[in-house]
Amino acid sequence: MSHRTIVRPPMEPPPEAVPGAATPEFEAANQRLDRRRGLLLALPSWAFLTLFFAIPLLIVVVYSFATRNRFGGTDLSGWNLEGYRELGQEFVLNLVFRSFTLAVVTTVICLVVAYPFAYFLATRSPAVRNLMLVFVMIPFWSNFLVRNYAWRVLLGNDGPVSQATEAVGLGETTILFTQSAVVLGLVYGFLPFMILPLYAAIERMDWSLVEASRDLGATGWQTFRKVTFPLSLPGVIAGSILVFVPSFGAYVTPQILGGGKDPMLGTYIVAQFLEARNWPEGAAASTVLMVVMLAATLVYFRTGGRTL
Amino acid sequence: MTERSPSTRVAAVEIRGVTKRFDDVIAVDNVDLTIADGEFFAMLGPSGCGKTTTLRMIAGLEFPTQGSLKIFGDEVGTLPPNKRPVNTVFQNYALFPHMTVLDNVSFGLRMSGADKAEARQRAGEMIELVQLGGMAARKPNQLSGGQQQRVALARALVNKPKVLLLDEPLGALDLKLRQEMQVELKSLQRELGVSFVFVTHDQEEALTMSDRIAVMDQGKLLQVGSAEDLYARPASRFVADFIGQTNLIEATVADPNTIVLANGQRLRAPSPHAAGTSVAMSLRPETIQIGARGTVPAVHEATSLEGVVSSASYLGHSMVYDVSIDWIDLEVRTPMVLSEERFTPGSEVAVWWDRRSDWLVAE
Repeated sequence: MSHRTIVRPPMEPPPEAVPGAATPEFEAANQRLDRRRGLLLALPSWAFLTLFFAIPLLIVVVYSFATRNRFGGTDLSGWNLEGYRELGQEFVLNLVFRSFTLAVVTTVICLVVAYPFAYFLATRSPAVRNLMLVFVMIPFWSNFLVRNYAWRVLLGNDGPVSQATEAVGLGETTILFTQSAVVLGLVYGFLPFMILPLYAAIERMDWSLVEASRDLGATGWQTFRKVTFPLSLPGVIAGSILVFVPSFGAYVTPQILGGGKDPMLGTYIVAQFLEARNWPEGAAASTVLMVVMLAATLVYFRTGGRTL
Repeated sequence: MTERSPSTRVAAVEIRGVTKRFDDVIAVDNVDLTIADGEFFAMLGPSGCGKTTTLRMIAGLEFPTQGSLKIFGDEVGTLPPNKRPVNTVFQNYALFPHMTVLDNVSFGLRMSGADKAEARQRAGEMIELVQLGGMAARKPNQLSGGQQQRVALARALVNKPKVLLLDEPLGALDLKLRQEMQVELKSLQRELGVSFVFVTHDQEEALTMSDRIAVMDQGKLLQVGSAEDLYARPASRFVADFIGQTNLIEATVADPNTIVLANGQRLRAPSPHAAGTSVAMSLRPETIQIGARGTVPAVHEATSLEGVVSSASYLGHSMVYDVSIDWIDLEVRTPMVLSEERFTPGSEVAVWWDRRSDWLVAE
């Protein structure tokens, strides 16, 4: 590099404006146009989300501050925090805790079951992979409610599961209408939501990193702990959120397989709207649930998870 | 296949009769190879020739289908990579993206049970050695390609491998950086005295860096030798053609001192091959002289041909002529000397060469 100083005239005359030649004004106008075009393309989904997501959400938040009148209706006046105050009752806290525990247990079981499967899937040939992914998706082809009732039949007193355990001398199975049955149903229902993000994370991993780890003296298990698992963490977190969130607020499964004996958060909210006719209370519970979920998701994004 | 071993010490790597099959594809076909301790050894060949598979078998990332593979006298053919005293610099470096440079470099030491403080200290020294001091806390994606390359090198070398394996380590770098790294790698290897086994498809890279080179094609080992062996005394048409540029002239051996070209012209070329053997004469473009017809020196009369210049290109340091001689085209490269006569396309010329600069290959 030479250190010559380039001597320039103090002022360079502006270049002559040639028609059709590039100017900063043209570039700026072009960028403005580009932005406007982008906005136009996003308009349908914006409209849809506003109409069917943002506005209903807002309605729920508004109702959580409203007043319940004597006839079980809701007056949009006399704004108060009664709905939130009622959430502090002991039995509500208990059912929130119960729901939280069951959701955690469900998430952990899903993770433990799904990880080896996703790993296996990601290391197969493309043909086998696609076939097995279809198997994972098949349950979605029938209604969630119907599938829950199917479990009720399977787990029933004279159901196939009970008959099988009796036949091998383990006595009859009586888990229907217990929390175990609820967890079983939730795991069954949400397992694909754990498998798919895990599969995506493991599948796009660079396998030469595993080779490098082995080459550097790591055993298979060390390689899993230090390389494979940390690199699949975005999938683990995404899958956990996708399983935990619907499990926490689940309604159908606790109702059908739990028999509604131990109220859970989902069943409680529904009961407030339909049976207790206490809409502000139900809306307040929903709002709190949403805020908690949102906070959890935000924490995930802030702590480095970038891909969902 | 002749092989000179530059040392009588136990070989760093000894490969005997190794074959690797992937389903019905034979990637490596019955290869015998000895790599000496402290040697800079290159494996050269076109893509798919089996050089990388051979390297991966030494690393333990593939197991041979058949044959024996020894590292410093110990059979390692079926040992997993973590039980071999070798380390690899991978083609795309394979740096752990979720770890800092320091954690990447100390990984191997930690895995072999060194305590954290010691591993960090030794890794730090190695990072200094590859001139990345100050980068230890960065993640790989915050480094340039050349810096990543150095991290990969440090990560492998910090474990004091008995053999360092390098799989096209410079392939992803641009030309200038690549040339710098070639020099650095070479001096690093000399400094450490460890055998480097280097896979490349770039013959120039192999020639400039290596003590010895193995040329492979279609899973077979064709020739092992120094750069000069391969360039001046190729064992086959493939090697002659692959290493540098050459003119291959098909001919038949007539007697121990003469070959006959396809048009019946006889050239003086001593050969050990029996009469009637079909051979190819390899003539490097820079060993051929060009001049007007009738100017061939008498001593070169028996090693000359007449032809017509079909193209002439100016390359700055030299002139390149294509001379067509009946059915063949010869490339002739003459250094640019201002006083020397230049020829234009269409010129009728003679070309000749020194008796010692041709080389016959039978395979």
